[in-house]
Amino acid sequence: MEQGAAGRSTPGGTLHRHPRLRLGLLLGPPMLWLGVAYLTALGALFLTAFWTTNSFTGDIEKVWNLDNFRQLWEIGVYKTVAFRTLAIAVSVTVVDAVIAFPIALFMAKIASRRWQRILVIAVLMPLWASYLVKAYAWRAMFSATGPVHWLLDPFGISSPGYGLTATVVTLAYLWLPYMILPMYAGLERVPNSLLEASADLGARPGTTLRRVILPILTPAVFAGSIFTFSLTLGDYITVKIVGGANQMLGNVVYDNSGAAGNLPFAAAVATIPVVIMLVYLAVVRRTGALDEL
Amino acid sequence: MSETAAISLRDLSKSFGTVQAVDGVDLDIADGEFFSMLGPSGSGKTTVLRMIAGFEQPTSGTILLAGEDVTGRPPFARDVNTVFQDYALFPHMSVIENVEYGLRVKKVGKGDRRRRAAEALETVRLGHLGSRRPGQLSGGQRQRVALARALVNRPKVLLLDEPLGALDLKLRREMQIELKEIQRDVGITFVFVTHDQEEALTLSDRIAVFNDGRIQQVASPRELYEGPQSAFVAGFVGTSNLLTGPAARAVVGREGTFSIRPEKIHLDAVPEGARTTEGVVREVVYLGSANHYVVDLDAPPDGSGDQATLTVLRQNLNAEDNRVSRRGERVRLGWLPEHVIDLSASEAQPAPMEETA
Repeated sequence: MEQGAAGRSTPGGTLHRHPRLRLGLLLGPPMLWLGVAYLTALGALFLTAFWTTNSFTGDIEKVWNLDNFRQLWEIGVYKTVAFRTLAIAVSVTVVDAVIAFPIALFMAKIASRRWQRILVIAVLMPLWASYLVKAYAWRAMFSATGPVHWLLDPFGISSPGYGLTATVVTLAYLWLPYMILPMYAGLERVPNSLLEASADLGARPGTTLRRVILPILTPAVFAGSIFTFSLTLGDYITVKIVGGANQMLGNVVYDNSGAAGNLPFAAAVATIPVVIMLVYLAVVRRTGALDEL
Repeated sequence: MSETAAISLRDLSKSFGTVQAVDGVDLDIADGEFFSMLGPSGSGKTTVLRMIAGFEQPTSGTILLAGEDVTGRPPFARDVNTVFQDYALFPHMSVIENVEYGLRVKKVGKGDRRRRAAEALETVRLGHLGSRRPGQLSGGQRQRVALARALVNRPKVLLLDEPLGALDLKLRREMQIELKEIQRDVGITFVFVTHDQEEALTLSDRIAVFNDGRIQQVASPRELYEGPQSAFVAGFVGTSNLLTGPAARAVVGREGTFSIRPEKIHLDAVPEGARTTEGVVREVVYLGSANHYVVDLDAPPDGSGDQATLTVLRQNLNAEDNRVSRRGERVRLGWLPEHVIDLSASEAQPAPMEETA
């Protein structure tokens, strides 16, 4: 390149001298996508919730009213479905946290380098398989003559069959990697010397767990719970496959936007998980979990 | 001595896979002693410390604390406390909570443990920082919190794993003096691991020099410096002119392995009764307070062709010493025969001639 002309005429040089332009070009397309495709859609959803559907023609009437939310509040079944969904989300999150902790602890603190890598792949592997395949696999597991029945029968326990238990188990299985990985990352960052220091100062392993590991790990647990919690809140397929006759909020949304054709009501229902999630995020933010993401 | 010793190690060995980290260490550390374990990295000193603390299980051998066999006991059942190289302060606790942690897990009442923790913080002059988080402290302050957190438990033995390694030189000097004072005040046995020979000489009552998982020599700083028993110790503790083969014949006049400290060799003005020789200055290294002269000695007149190079340390006392241009000049060197240390008895092994701390 010629001396003097270098940087003046080339696009690279222009970009180098204008960092804001560079940043704009870099972030422009993804921001546009996020703004239009995501936030606009969310805004449209929220707006729709305040409209109504003409029950004769099925057309959407753009008249501002709170009828949809009044229905949600007054018709008992929706409250039941909302609380059931919340309870399932909480159960899935707790089950995942309890199962993920020992696995993450083993991966981060006990396993050799080689085993660490193998286990990370093993944890990620189910994410490569289709959601439907995994859900139907659990349907087979919980069937009347399936492995769950076969396992529990000798102990005199009957298989729970299709229902809420099967839904919680299947969802917990589906979202488990999202809990293990943040916990693993959180534990990896705890230096071994902290655990040694605790033992050195007289703490038994249980005390070290309670006073050192868990407090340091709390943000990571919340980070993982954001995934398990929000993914469960929005799910409607698993409960259809293994949940028997039970419905979750997602089913109400799906039925109203599809068969019933009451899009405004579906939108109103869909705002419930969004509000729950916003409240949850506000609570979690105070623990510092968002720094772990 | 073994009845009253604070720590006794008997034939202690540890191997990691095929690597023999510690190889048959026998050691007695007296009550109230400031004892250092000195050696290059990988010499096994830290592994010995970790075995005393209980973080590593020895492959074979016994560890006695105050005469009691603790070899198989977990760390929380041993009356020792450790100051870690990275301090290992709990990031989610305040400084005072860190210090009272040991008392808390031993179920000491809240009022009592607060008071003792505050006292311990006062000992390390951090009484005013109790409510801070470790992340808000400087390196030197964290170091002192780690010390207070260990001392508050009044252990029989305090183990320190290169505790000053992460501090800059000035702070390290200050902390050395402070450590020594604290040890004298509390009267607890300190076992101090370091690779810094100057630090070990400054602080210790006695020093064990480690190499290749074995103890080379255990002695007081003065004995270690003035009377090293092996070429390794002579080279690792301070600097030495190590003379073997032709160099030994040229300088000492007989076969063997010998060592002369650079500061024991006189330049120009040679004292009464000294052995003298002449040579040419090859290099002058300016050290500020002193100069290092590297002198190539003349071949002895016996025609054997034996030659040697000696390093001489000389204080910068007058203007003459500051003249770096003495390179190439002919000089006369002299040393008293008693300053030549005979190491022939020990096996000659490769020794680091210049140890950088």
